[in-house]
Amino acid sequence: MTEPVLSVRDLCVEFVTRRGVLRALDRVSFDIGKGEVLGVVGESGAGKSVTGSAVIGLIEPPGRIASGEVLLKGERIDNLSPERLRHIRGKRIGMVFQDPLTSLNPLYRVGEQLVQTIRTHLPLNAAQARERAIELLAEVGIPAPERRIDGYPHEFSGGMRQRVVLALALCAEPELVIADEPTTALDVSVQAQIITLLKRICRERGTAVMLITHDMGVIAETADRVAVMYAGRVAEIGPVRDVVSRPFHPYAAGLMGSIPTLETASERLVQIPGSMPRLNAIPVGCAFNPRCPHTYARCVVERPELLGRGERASGSHDGAGAGHAVACHLYDEPGVDAEALVQRDKVAAAATGSAA
Amino acid sequence: MADIMTTPPAPEPAAAKPSPPGRYARFRDSDLLASFLSSKLTMVSAFISVAMILGALLATWIAPTNPFDPASVDLMNSLYPPRWVEGGDTRFLLGTDNQGRDLWSAILYGMRVSLIIGIVGVIIAATLGIGLGLLAGYLGGRVDALIMRVADIQLTFPAILIALVIDGVVRSVFQGLGREQTAFSVLVISIGLSFWVQYARTIRGSTMVEKNKDYVHAARLMGVPAWLIMIRHVLPNVIGPVLVILTINLALAIITEATLSFLGVGLPPTQPSLGTLIRIGNDFLFSGEWWIVAFPGLTLAIFVLAVNLLGDWLRDALNPKLR
Amino acid sequence: MLAFILRRLFQSALVLLCVGVIAFALFRLVGDPVNQIVSIDTPFEQRQQIRKDLGLDDPSIVQFGRYLVKAARFDFGISYQFRQPVSTLIGERMPATLELTFMAALLSLVVGIPMGVYTALRRGSFLSGVFMSVSLIGVSLPTFLIAILLRWIFSVHLGWLPSFGRGQVVNLGWWSTGLLTVSGIKALILPAITLGLFQMTLIMRLVRAEMLEVLRTDYIKFARARGLSDRAIHFGHALKNTLVPVITIAGLQLGSIIAFALITEYVFQWPGMGALFLGAVQNVDIPVMAAYLLLVSFIFVVVNLVVDILYAVVDPRLRANMQAA
Repeated sequence: MTEPVLSVRDLCVEFVTRRGVLRALDRVSFDIGKGEVLGVVGESGAGKSVTGSAVIGLIEPPGRIASGEVLLKGERIDNLSPERLRHIRGKRIGMVFQDPLTSLNPLYRVGEQLVQTIRTHLPLNAAQARERAIELLAEVGIPAPERRIDGYPHEFSGGMRQRVVLALALCAEPELVIADEPTTALDVSVQAQIITLLKRICRERGTAVMLITHDMGVIAETADRVAVMYAGRVAEIGPVRDVVSRPFHPYAAGLMGSIPTLETASERLVQIPGSMPRLNAIPVGCAFNPRCPHTYARCVVERPELLGRGERASGSHDGAGAGHAVACHLYDEPGVDAEALVQRDKVAAAATGSAA
Repeated sequence: MADIMTTPPAPEPAAAKPSPPGRYARFRDSDLLASFLSSKLTMVSAFISVAMILGALLATWIAPTNPFDPASVDLMNSLYPPRWVEGGDTRFLLGTDNQGRDLWSAILYGMRVSLIIGIVGVIIAATLGIGLGLLAGYLGGRVDALIMRVADIQLTFPAILIALVIDGVVRSVFQGLGREQTAFSVLVISIGLSFWVQYARTIRGSTMVEKNKDYVHAARLMGVPAWLIMIRHVLPNVIGPVLVILTINLALAIITEATLSFLGVGLPPTQPSLGTLIRIGNDFLFSGEWWIVAFPGLTLAIFVLAVNLLGDWLRDALNPKLR
Repeated sequence: MLAFILRRLFQSALVLLCVGVIAFALFRLVGDPVNQIVSIDTPFEQRQQIRKDLGLDDPSIVQFGRYLVKAARFDFGISYQFRQPVSTLIGERMPATLELTFMAALLSLVVGIPMGVYTALRRGSFLSGVFMSVSLIGVSLPTFLIAILLRWIFSVHLGWLPSFGRGQVVNLGWWSTGLLTVSGIKALILPAITLGLFQMTLIMRLVRAEMLEVLRTDYIKFARARGLSDRAIHFGHALKNTLVPVITIAGLQLGSIIAFALITEYVFQWPGMGALFLGAVQNVDIPVMAAYLLLVSFIFVVVNLVVDILYAVVDPRLRANMQAA
């Protein structure tokens, strides 16, 4: 495999609060290759957005990167000075936020915001930057861009604004785009358009994408690979087809079982019993153990490592490789056919959903 | 995305797992501990406020003399500096004013006057504002438009200006009577009429929200008369924020009273409030009798600061969003 | 835009009309103005004659109309106290008040906004703590106490600055200014600081609160994520958004600057309109009181109009609303 665009290694992010140190990310590792879309899923508070902020260096105090590395094309960026990091943001890593209605400064024309960003990163004069801004707007599908460029954000609809946001994220041809819930705030009909656009533009440019969402549908449609996060840890990572159809982790199984398909179409949607632990009360061992249907003695004392199937036998691990890896002790439990067990869970979960 | 609908995997916990009570209590305590500095400030200001209010209320017993009683005052004692300054007299802790009044007693009695006027004024303002706000919010339409227009126009003028105008008018209405008889009512009315707008606006806003809630609809369907709904059902639900305004307004009312008295349109020198004492002292500033203005001024400043800090704290405590 | 301004103008006229009613009502409330003019032993017939001459026999509405027409021509009648036309009295004193309020407003903006920005950006720094403490005291201390304190320190103790009056003034036509002489400027310093201090702390706190609010918004986060420089983010994006509400409040505050000018003028014996008004209140000089009220509301209404237009210039969303309306 060629060198990944983004490589995150054992990243830990902590928030120092009055009540003690909260660990928002706990040894998170993954890679994103060129032109690849990595979906990051999980419940609210699982650490998806924190991961995105940590990569781009926007963790605000009292938060901090406690340990681990973030590598962009092999170069470490988590320990850069704020000024050098600033030159990476927007230039080499673009970011798209959730709510296009609030992402744009209401007092500045769309063009002003674009030109300002372009000129921050590229050696263009005002006229050239404007030229480029118009091209970008055209590329993201804004009709009549040479006229709309002088509009204010409030003159654009939500979907159009998210296109502008996308143009802003892409304006310096970044190698990586982090899209944090880019469609959550939009109408359902517009969501698909934006996702298609994001996918098309990034494919054309070979841009790597980190797509953060809690929407399994979007992931299944868009992502090449998917990382399932739970309580600040990566529970499972692998090619999207494998993870959706044959999840390894009991949590992922529950998650995938909760995707309604045509066969199991039902009124009621499945829930995983219980709720994710708060950051100040993450259980010892596997974070999922209180909710897991298959808890063994080992699960409540020892934290499972993120390992691929092959790595388990050999004992080596680089966790985030291209393969399908899971952090679960079931797979090391002798005499347990973990895969079959988890598959059964998934089917059962889907069945309860349709039966109810 | 046609065949795959989406759902958040699990709902947010409605109630998190009950943590053991001991731990909960520890959190509360550590929270208090962490905000120690700000709460220390609050505690100090609470202490000062209470001490000053008590001192004012108990003035009759604490003060060595009664400055309102001409018999206890001797002009021969005028302009003594504070006791610890050269030329001071042991009878007069903080010195005397130009009429020979013991300043320490005058401050205690003056505080009482200021406090009573402030409280009565604020109560009038609150009652008026709450009443009009309820009417405007609940009835809406023309009543609302009229009340709120008046409020808007009044907001144009700062309280002190309104108080001055009202003072001028009331005084000319009571022209026959002397200052001694009218000063108190004039001040209280001026303050009451100057400060009602804030209450009215706040109450109106929340009333407009409350009146569309089911319990009001239910009461209306049961045939409860409008005034009873307003007082018994709506009022208890909208009264909360008034508490904060009351505290902050008390400080403002006391400042207003002091300012009016300082400007010579408030209380006469025969019944001095803090403002009157400062007014008297201001005349002696240049001749070196600094204590006549300094001690009443300091008292006023500290009291107002303490009450303001309490008000700020109260506002933050009742509205965690503001933190 | 034009429709918006016209609507605002109409509203302003309405406010002025209301204040006019109040001002006129003052005359009615305080009994017989004839008594203010004649002496006690003026015979009844003569009183009736004066009454007739003054038009006091006409119905109220006619009198009110007459009052408004006169007021529009800056004819506010004769002061009971000074036996002079009110407009002359006010005209003589207006420059002093306007110079004072202008300097105070300028001071509060020029110092208050940077202090607010600083305390918002450098939260927790020592200097921010100092600013915040000073502002708390500034908000709590009554204006007249600040005036007394400043006078005590700078006039009595240090003897640096005059404690009262306007110093030497220069007449430029009908406008007498103190800004052209050294003694005039020296005399202006303490009153302007007194008057500006409260507004300054208010503006500082307002700017700080708004700025903190704005810095938390998504568009600031997005601007950071785009790698814009801190300078562009803080002083371009954040400050501009902060100033929108600040403009409104600052405009509203002008009313209180004029009111507090009254106190400042009293303490420093500044020969302005406020001192005149205060004298009028003490002596029940209704024509002066009424004229002052009308004038203050007129100034206030004009400033508000300007603020509204300024607001629209800064905020495009408002412009859009105005065009729609």
